[in-house]
Amino acid sequence: MKVISEQELSEALAAASGPVRVRGGGTRDIGAPVAGEVLEVGLSGIELYEPGALTLVVRAGTPLAEVEALLAGEGQRLAFEPMDHRPMLGTSGTPTIGGVVAANVSGPRRIQAGAARDFTLGARFVDGAGRVIRNGGRVMKNVTGYDLVKLMAGSWGTLGVLSEVSFKVQAVPETEATLVGRGLSLAEGVAALARALGSPYDVTGAAHVDFDGGQTLVRVEGLEGMVAYRAAALAGGALAGWEIVRGEASAALWAEMRDVRPFAGGNAPVWRVSLKPSDAPLLSQTLAAAGLNHRGIYDWGGGLAWLELSGPAEDAGAGVLRRALAPLGGHATLVRATPEHRARIDVFQPQPAPLAAISRGIKQKFDPRGILNPGLMGV
Amino acid sequence: MQMPEPNAGILARKPRIVARLREALGEGGVIDDGIELRAYECDGLSAYRCPPLCAVLPASTEEVSAVMRICHDEGVPVVPRGSGTSLSGGALPTADAVLLGIARMNEVLETDYANRFIRVQTGRTNLSVTGAVEADGFFYAPDPSSQLACAIAGNIAMNSGGAHCLKYGVTTNNLMGVTMVMADGEVVEIGGAHLDAGGLDLLGLVCGSEGQLGVVTEATLRILARPEGARPVLIGYDSAEVAGQCVSDIIKAGILPVAIEYMDRLVIQAAEAHVHADYPDCEALLIIEVEGSEAEIADQLGRIIAIANAHNPVELRESGSAAESEKIWQGRKTAFGAMGQINDYMCLDGTIPVSQLPQVLRRIGEMGDEYGLQVGNVFHAGDGNMHPLILYDANRPGDLEKAEDLGADILRLCVEVGGCLTGEHGVGVEKREIMPAQYSGDDLEIQMQVKDVFDPKWVLNPAKVFPLDLSAGRRM
Repeated sequence: MKVISEQELSEALAAASGPVRVRGGGTRDIGAPVAGEVLEVGLSGIELYEPGALTLVVRAGTPLAEVEALLAGEGQRLAFEPMDHRPMLGTSGTPTIGGVVAANVSGPRRIQAGAARDFTLGARFVDGAGRVIRNGGRVMKNVTGYDLVKLMAGSWGTLGVLSEVSFKVQAVPETEATLVGRGLSLAEGVAALARALGSPYDVTGAAHVDFDGGQTLVRVEGLEGMVAYRAAALAGGALAGWEIVRGEASAALWAEMRDVRPFAGGNAPVWRVSLKPSDAPLLSQTLAAAGLNHRGIYDWGGGLAWLELSGPAEDAGAGVLRRALAPLGGHATLVRATPEHRARIDVFQPQPAPLAAISRGIKQKFDPRGILNPGLMGV
Repeated sequence: MQMPEPNAGILARKPRIVARLREALGEGGVIDDGIELRAYECDGLSAYRCPPLCAVLPASTEEVSAVMRICHDEGVPVVPRGSGTSLSGGALPTADAVLLGIARMNEVLETDYANRFIRVQTGRTNLSVTGAVEADGFFYAPDPSSQLACAIAGNIAMNSGGAHCLKYGVTTNNLMGVTMVMADGEVVEIGGAHLDAGGLDLLGLVCGSEGQLGVVTEATLRILARPEGARPVLIGYDSAEVAGQCVSDIIKAGILPVAIEYMDRLVIQAAEAHVHADYPDCEALLIIEVEGSEAEIADQLGRIIAIANAHNPVELRESGSAAESEKIWQGRKTAFGAMGQINDYMCLDGTIPVSQLPQVLRRIGEMGDEYGLQVGNVFHAGDGNMHPLILYDANRPGDLEKAEDLGADILRLCVEVGGCLTGEHGVGVEKREIMPAQYSGDDLEIQMQVKDVFDPKWVLNPAKVFPLDLSAGRRM
């Protein structure tokens, strides 16, 4: 079933008699498999774009590429640098802007600028009973009532189906440069990233690739003179001796990081772990000691670990990984796995009992019949 | 403005309730003396006052939990309070409510520069969070103008912003985790030293929920390395339209100042009389600040000045020293006080799309004339967060009500042009009844359903945010 207007969406959900699998572009098949009728969100089009106000309002089914092209035409962009999951997941299709928000998809710049949830100013959505709900708006500062926009961002279509989203956008800076360090261990790499992020140079990317000899990347962006000054200051100080890569070559490095390209094309389980950055080396060691061999790409200064398992693991490594993570804090999501694994294993981090109870309570209010992507998040 | 009738049953049970609270907190943790309670009868919205049943000052999360268990059990409303600087009445008590002050809990619990966060008890003031890390070159970004006094607890409750949020975002963008006491006393941890949520983003929901979902006792906050320097430029224009166009052109040019502040003629004149900041006498004054090294600042200011000059300013003054920067900022930072020298005022907080700025300023002027009240405007122009200041005379009968009516009309105008009722002060009691101007019945119902989940008995700050008639069936 495909809907192309908010009204159709509302009518479809009000009339639905069973579970619904909500689908934007179908490029991010993550979470427990959902048995239900596919509801394709085909609401497309730009509602409003005011470059001088950094504001964009767009229907949720609009292709991400269309949004990015529109913004690029005015020298602007989505600051949170949303990842394209297709290479890693081997999916095809067209990512939609609503899917980006529903999955709170951010990229390397999240460490400095914020996540998708931070740039989503407002949303319209239809809840599980077919009610059309509006929250937030199109202005950057808005504390009128509860912030349901944050709740919707990253709820994976389990609370409601987005029909329209509004964003704060960002000017594309004049240029960028990346400092590249080679041969560092994970501990050394993460320590170097912490030094860079603790500098006054407003670092907008900080990642470490922990295989093939190791490569550590630090990005600065801004006006020409600013980038030259900051890169030189880092290369002469906190990142002494690192190579400086400029312009398009720098952008290419971050496109690789954004989409986690080194893991493209494979089918081994991939975990996405959010943790305190300095805990990354300990987590990796603990996993290796427990026999869970892996390759790691550490973005966000170490705070976002992409782990690709390199050996067989009965439960895609869930038990070992979540036991290792428990004393550290943070959460682990099984992003790439077979449907069988995803049906059997908690794809999303199981929550402590009181938070799980709140999440269930919210789900029950937003979707009393439990028809929206039931079970996808384990909620 | 109405508040619900106090529950006579609770008033009658006061001795027992106070005794139970004393048993949990000790003698010094509970205030029930009529004179002493006057200190808690209002917040920054001082037109409305009501002493609470009693006030409690817990010293730990465990004590907050004990208070909540007792009040939940007794069916007594709890009004949480940070430093009491709310301009929307967020901490205004009712006579049958226990006022829970968090001020004694002001410790720094952990500072971690490698991972760039600080964990504090939420009674700590905003400025003293930066104070705890600035010697090491870090700062906490959200900077509400009450930052010397306001508490992190209140910042989280209201999702506070500040002058520099154009670049750094507001509280919700800088909050990583909380320890929160639920309405029934249960203690939960949400988030922490890592980024984003593993499940539903409950942290994002709690931030800005005005003390209605839980009492936040500890917070993990993102800290940032302080930039090398900052410098403002002052630009005067003879019309709001031109000033608005200048702001839009700067943003479109891809320059990201950390602050763009706007003052209109009435506020300029008041500030000038108050602190003699050497402001030009003009219709619209912009203060635009950029950050970076000396060369970076010069580069950015050069671009801003080129754009500004293309619009023929009546005055343009680039700061060349720390003393000059301070002078430029002095008038803006004391603007509210300066307006207070003229008369009593009511400070509004609506946000509008920045493209609507000139038109909205013109309409506000006309509406002020219709009501016979003067309105000054000082606001964050980069993000459209307006602060119209309505001058009135509190001693003249009917003047406050007239100012409130004008305020409500101005806020409705903000919504009409695509904005919202409140950008950083919160709804509280002040804007509670005009919420339907922005949100439909379903929009508000689903928000109240969220409160039902966190606080089924509606113990926490029940008479706030939602129109009283809409929440009547839920409140005790």
